[in-house]
Amino acid sequence: MNSTRTFSRNTILDSVRANQPATQPMPTIPHFHTNKPADPMATFSESIARMAGVVVTQDVPNLDSFLRAKFPDAKVICSAIPEYGGTIKPESLNHWSEASRIDVCILRSPMGVAETGSILLSDIELQVNTIAFLAHDLVILLDPKQIVSNIHDAYENPYFKLRPYSLLMTGPSGSGDIGGIVVHPAQAAKTLTVLLSPAPDAGQRTG
Amino acid sequence: MSSPVDQAKNAEKFLADTVHEERLDKLLWTMRMRRDAAARQVPEWEELRTLASEIKEHTLSNLSQYLIQFEARATANGMIVHWARDAHEHNQIVYEILAEQGIDALVKSKSMLTEECELRPFLERRDIRVTETDLGERIQQLDDQPPGHIVGPSIHKTTKDVAVLFSQKYGSDPNNEDAAYLAGVMRENTRPDILKARAGMTGANFVVAETGAIVVATNEGNADLSAHTPPLHICSVGIEKIIPTTESLAVFVRLLTRSATGDAITQYTSTFRGPRKGATMHVILVDNGRSTRLGMKRFWHSLKCIRCAACMNTCPVYRRSGGLSYGSTYMGPIGIIMMPTFELRKYSELPFASTLNGSCTNVCPVKIDIHEQIYAWREVMEENGQIQVVKKDAMRVAGKVLSHPALYQIATATLSTALEVLPHFAIYNRLNAWGKHRDIPEPARETFHEWYRNRRRKTDEVTRL
Repeated sequence: MNSTRTFSRNTILDSVRANQPATQPMPTIPHFHTNKPADPMATFSESIARMAGVVVTQDVPNLDSFLRAKFPDAKVICSAIPEYGGTIKPESLNHWSEASRIDVCILRSPMGVAETGSILLSDIELQVNTIAFLAHDLVILLDPKQIVSNIHDAYENPYFKLRPYSLLMTGPSGSGDIGGIVVHPAQAAKTLTVLLSPAPDAGQRTG
Repeated sequence: MSSPVDQAKNAEKFLADTVHEERLDKLLWTMRMRRDAAARQVPEWEELRTLASEIKEHTLSNLSQYLIQFEARATANGMIVHWARDAHEHNQIVYEILAEQGIDALVKSKSMLTEECELRPFLERRDIRVTETDLGERIQQLDDQPPGHIVGPSIHKTTKDVAVLFSQKYGSDPNNEDAAYLAGVMRENTRPDILKARAGMTGANFVVAETGAIVVATNEGNADLSAHTPPLHICSVGIEKIIPTTESLAVFVRLLTRSATGDAITQYTSTFRGPRKGATMHVILVDNGRSTRLGMKRFWHSLKCIRCAACMNTCPVYRRSGGLSYGSTYMGPIGIIMMPTFELRKYSELPFASTLNGSCTNVCPVKIDIHEQIYAWREVMEENGQIQVVKKDAMRVAGKVLSHPALYQIATATLSTALEVLPHFAIYNRLNAWGKHRDIPEPARETFHEWYRNRRRKTDEVTRL
C-alpha cells in the first residue's frame, strides 16, 4: 500500500501544483473586540439557553445535595473533578463504551464563550472522551472569570494547538432532522447544566 | 455515457404532492429567515464573509503547500495520512483498513464526501455493515434514498413519513408522529451499534494545516460518538477543506452554523489532533476531481464552499422541488455548479434549475459567485452542444438580464418578499423548461424585466403596510 500511497500523493500534489491559481494574500484577522459583550456572564447565559443548556448562577454550597435533588434517579455519577467523589471516576472505566452506564457526569471546564454559550473541554478534563457523549446528563462547573468574549478569543486557547482532542460544547445533543422540529436529545447527552462556580485557586489545589 | 439528469421531470413527482412541496418550501424559508436574523446579530458579519472568502482563496492558491504542512503535522501527531486520487481509491483504502483488522461493521457520521464516493454500497458489497449515526442520514439509509439536503438529509420528509418508516424498520408506533419520540426510537436502535463498533468514521468540516487537526461540527454528538467509542477512527476529507490556522478557523466557525440553521454554533464543534492512547486514527485526503476543478478559471471558486446549505435554503427552485430531483450528491445552487465538474453530460441540464435571482450568492458565507457560475455553466453546455433548444430561450432571457447591470442589481437585491414568491413566475413561465409541467400563469411572454417591474409595485405595497 505504501508505494501506491506515495504515487497517489505525488499525483494529487502534482495536479494541485499545476492547477492552483496565482497566490493570493492571507488577510489579517481581527478579534472584533469593538463588539465585546458588556456582561460576558449574562451573554454566555443567554447564548447557552438558546441551545437548551441551563445555567445555575446561584451558589451551590453542596454539590452532592444539588446533584441528588436534580437527578433523584441517578445511580451512577461520574466525577471528573477532584473535589467531588461521585460514584465512579473516569479512570475506573475499562473500555470507553462503558461510559454508557453513567447517569450523570460532572466536569470542570477551563473556558466559556459568551458569544455562543460554549464551554471548552479536552482530553485533560474528560480523561475518557466518551463521558461527555454517552452520559445521560452533564453538569459542568465553569468559573465566570474564565468566560471569553467571542470565538476568536476562544481559539486562542492553547488547547487547540496542544491537545489531541478539544471540544466546544454548546448545550445537550439535539436534532432538527425529523420534520424540521428541534428535539433534545439526539444521540448524545440529554441535558447540560452549567454551574457558574469560581475555580479553586492554585494554592488550594496544590496544597 | 450517462443520459442527462432531468431535474424538471424528477421534480414533477415531488410537486405533485402538495403537502411535501409546501411544507419543504416553508421550512427552508424559515431557515433562511433564521439565517438572516443570526447574521444581523453580528455587526461584523459582512467583514467575516469577506475574510472567509479571502482565507479560502489564499489557501486554495497555496493548496499544495498547505496539504504538505497538514500531512507533516498530522503524522507528527500520530495520525496515519492517506491520499486518494478518486472515489474508488478512497473506498479501497477504507476497505483495506477495515479488512486488515477483520472488521465487518462500521458506524459513521454524515459525510457528503462518502456519499460522493458511494462508500456505503462499496463496503456493503464486501460484507461490511454500515450504520449511519446522523439521524437524518440514518432515515435516508433506512429508506434507501440518498440525502435530499446536505445539512438535513431527510428534510423533505414529514414526521408522518418517518413514523411510518420507523414502524416498518424498527417496529415503533406508526401513529406516533412526535419528533422527540421518533428521535428516541433512533437513539435506542443506534446506540447498541455504536457501543459494540470496532471502527468509526467521520467526515470533516475543516482541516487545519498549522496544527494537523481535523474539525467536525454536529448537533447530535454522533460524530464524536463514532470517533471516540471504537478504537479506530477513519476520517475522510476533501483536499479543499484545508485552512491555514486555528486563528482562521474562528472565522469559519462563526459563519458556518449561522448560515446553515441560524444558530450561533453547533452543539459540538470538535477538534481532533491525533488518536487517543491505544487507538488509531486515519485521515484520507481525497482529490476526486478537485485538483482539476482548481484549474478551471471560471469555476474554481466553488471549492471555497463550506457546505452550509444556505444557498439551497434560499433557492426558489430547490425549495419547490426537493433535493432528490437533482439526481446528484450535491444539490441546489452549489450542486449545480459542482456536479458538472464530475460528469459534464450527466449534469448538463442542472444549470437550468435556477432562476438566476442571485439570492444564493447573497447568502453564501464565503462569497462564491454562485449565480454567475450557474450562468457560465449554461454557456459551457451550449458551447459543448449539451443544451436543448427550449433552454436556449431561457438562457437568452437570463442573458438579457445579466447584460444590464443596473437591472441586474435590482433583480438580485435582497428583497426577501420578492424572493419568497419568485418561483410562481420565474419558475413556471413558459420560457423556463424546468417549469413546463406546471401552471403557466400568463400566455403573454412577459420578460423578467416586465415581471420584476410589476412585481416590484406589488411588493412595495406589501412591504410598506
